[in-house]
Amino acid sequence: MGLMDTLHAVRARGITKCFGEVVALDGVDLDVARGQIHGLVGPNGAGKTTLLGLLLGLAVPDGGRLEILGTPVERALAVPDGVAGFVDAPGLYPSLTARQNLAALAELRGLDAGSAGVDDALAQVGLTDVADDKTRGFSLGMRQRLGLAAALLTEPRLLVLDEPSNGLDPAGKRHVHRVLTRLAAGGTAVVLSSHRMDDLEALCAEVTILATGRVVFSGPPNKLAAENRELDYRLRTSDTAAARRLADTTTGIRLVDDTGAAGQDDQLIVVRGLVPALDELVANLVRGGVAVRELAPVVSPLEAAFLALTEQQEADK
Amino acid sequence: MTATVVEDSVAIGPRVSVSRGYRFELVKLVSQWRVRLLVLACWIAPALFVAGVGQQSTLPSDTLFGRWMHATGWAGPLVMLGFAGTWALPLLTSVVAGDVFACEDRLGTWRHLLVAVRSPRRIFVAKSLAGLTVILLLVAGLVVSSTVGGLLAVGNQPLVGLDGHLLAPGDTAVRVLLAWFAALAPTLALAAIGLLGSVALGRSPMGLLLPALVALAMQVAQMLPLPVAVRLALPGYAFISWNGLFTSPTQLGPLLIGVAVSLVWAVLATALAYLLFLRRDFTNPAYDGAGRRALTVGLLPLAALTAVTVAAVAVATPSLGSGIKQDKVQRSLATAFAHLYRLQTEQLHRPAVTEAQLRASAACTKSDGQDAQEGAGNDWRCVVTWHLPGVAVAGTAVYQLDIGSDGRFVADGDGPKEVNGYFLVRTSTGDAPNPLWQFDGNVELLDTTSKG
Repeated sequence: MGLMDTLHAVRARGITKCFGEVVALDGVDLDVARGQIHGLVGPNGAGKTTLLGLLLGLAVPDGGRLEILGTPVERALAVPDGVAGFVDAPGLYPSLTARQNLAALAELRGLDAGSAGVDDALAQVGLTDVADDKTRGFSLGMRQRLGLAAALLTEPRLLVLDEPSNGLDPAGKRHVHRVLTRLAAGGTAVVLSSHRMDDLEALCAEVTILATGRVVFSGPPNKLAAENRELDYRLRTSDTAAARRLADTTTGIRLVDDTGAAGQDDQLIVVRGLVPALDELVANLVRGGVAVRELAPVVSPLEAAFLALTEQQEADK
Repeated sequence: MTATVVEDSVAIGPRVSVSRGYRFELVKLVSQWRVRLLVLACWIAPALFVAGVGQQSTLPSDTLFGRWMHATGWAGPLVMLGFAGTWALPLLTSVVAGDVFACEDRLGTWRHLLVAVRSPRRIFVAKSLAGLTVILLLVAGLVVSSTVGGLLAVGNQPLVGLDGHLLAPGDTAVRVLLAWFAALAPTLALAAIGLLGSVALGRSPMGLLLPALVALAMQVAQMLPLPVAVRLALPGYAFISWNGLFTSPTQLGPLLIGVAVSLVWAVLATALAYLLFLRRDFTNPAYDGAGRRALTVGLLPLAALTAVTVAAVAVATPSLGSGIKQDKVQRSLATAFAHLYRLQTEQLHRPAVTEAQLRASAACTKSDGQDAQEGAGNDWRCVVTWHLPGVAVAGTAVYQLDIGSDGRFVADGDGPKEVNGYFLVRTSTGDAPNPLWQFDGNVELLDTTSKG
């Protein structure tokens, strides 16, 4: 076993998976280091859930090589101990309470979780107050958090989550982000899929973009943004007229007539350009005595890159 | 190389034991409100029903042993068994076994369960055992509740058997227990069919309904004029053949064949469900039942089993017709009459007689002798003749018989009035039900039992 194998929680090379005539994964490579949060992005049907299912051991690839926690996976349900998570949705039983769901699962897996372990997992995801409520009445966000708590019971070394941010309110999102960040800091590798680009940008050290079963990008999100084309930015200043004038005169910056992004806010303008040109515009605003109150991309860099790459893939098809 | 193998075997995650999986499945089943409701109903409702009927003037005389519910508490569990074989057990197995796999489809929890347990084989065993446990709990409730209700409300008196002879309470208790044990075999067959439907049809409601539909089909088949070999080869026959435990001698042949057939069905249907379950692709989110495979792996082997069983029973037993022959009807009626005549004699405080002294015989004709003298129907007319010590002239009484295709009959007395023509007899303590007026009997369809 090489050093790279011990450093990687997931190492996939040339993974293919077909369902009848449908090619779900086509030569996918994936490396996830221990202690890394890795995002999977892709349009519906790109193969994200299939890939997550392989990581959980629900199936084996038809071709290629997959190693999880340093162990080759050669048959279904034979992934190493320490892999936890869910695909599609967390498996919860509506006739049981949140606490009973976790306690039954802990007993099933022979975990020494006890009531303290269950309570701790519930507290980590912020569900202590509803611990004794039946999960039948849980919202999607609460179900996602309980699914995460179930995974926490096993103290995983590889955590696989399928769209864990679905349905989360801001408080729930904060709980989930905190848990994932703490797990990663403790050496747990986390692989998660999401359509929430802001979540991925906030959490992930690396992302992999899948389109029609193939990897179209893999690397840090900032590299993706840097490689990308010009972005639209919302700019709010103390003097809109002056800001318009300065934007018009800054090289590489164009004013965009985007009423959708600016809305009815007459203090807001939308400008388009690369990051260096944007830096120049900010410097010009400051020199001109115009205060910058807000500067943010209309669409996140990752989302823009995602749209560009997947649209390109569709066009190539 | 050796080191790698050892390392791999250590690295692979441990599988969950069957016992832990069983407890997990049991927790899930018992947490469902409908299962709790069923358990509660099975442990309470029979006692209330039996006790309630025991207090009413009208008895369910169309149900086997129903006419004796005022006479002994032991009639209660047998009436309940008749009802359970027709309605309760098929429905209970539908709700429990028919849903044990399908519920995971409905909840979308298969992947979660597989990741946790890591063995479809163990999941299957754990689920099957948990379902079986709940079904046994429900059946135990039916038996205990109806027995306790009957004994408390009516008492621990002897039971009149299907050939009219009195069974002592201890003997009756054993036979009641054996009858319910016998009924467990077709219950297991229905449960296995439920498992098969639950695996093969996924979230489709048809999976849930399958045991009830199969039970209904079996009941319809038992009402048809089928040859004995076909009747005995159907898995529901043990719901009927327990009747033979309440005759003397016991009609063990049909009972054992019925139980054996049911158990073979239970084993085969469970094995087929197991095979279908292991072949299922759990990664396919669009799975909605096994489709064509359910037909080839599920239905065809069971159809083949039916054909093989019919052939085996036909070869093993000489009865190929209806099994209801004139001589057997006459013998059965005469035997029951003799036993019940003694009972009436005792009621009326007449001098005691034995069956041997009575030398009762019956002469029966069907359709006034116009058609073949065999088979089910309500057109059997019999004249029973008996003798009393010291009386030169033989007594005669007329009965109309309604014989079902399963061999069970109701004999309806047609006079003379002082023997069997009126539903009451006048005793020294007041009017009492006349045991010879109407009674149930049973014609054994096979020729296996020694003549008693």
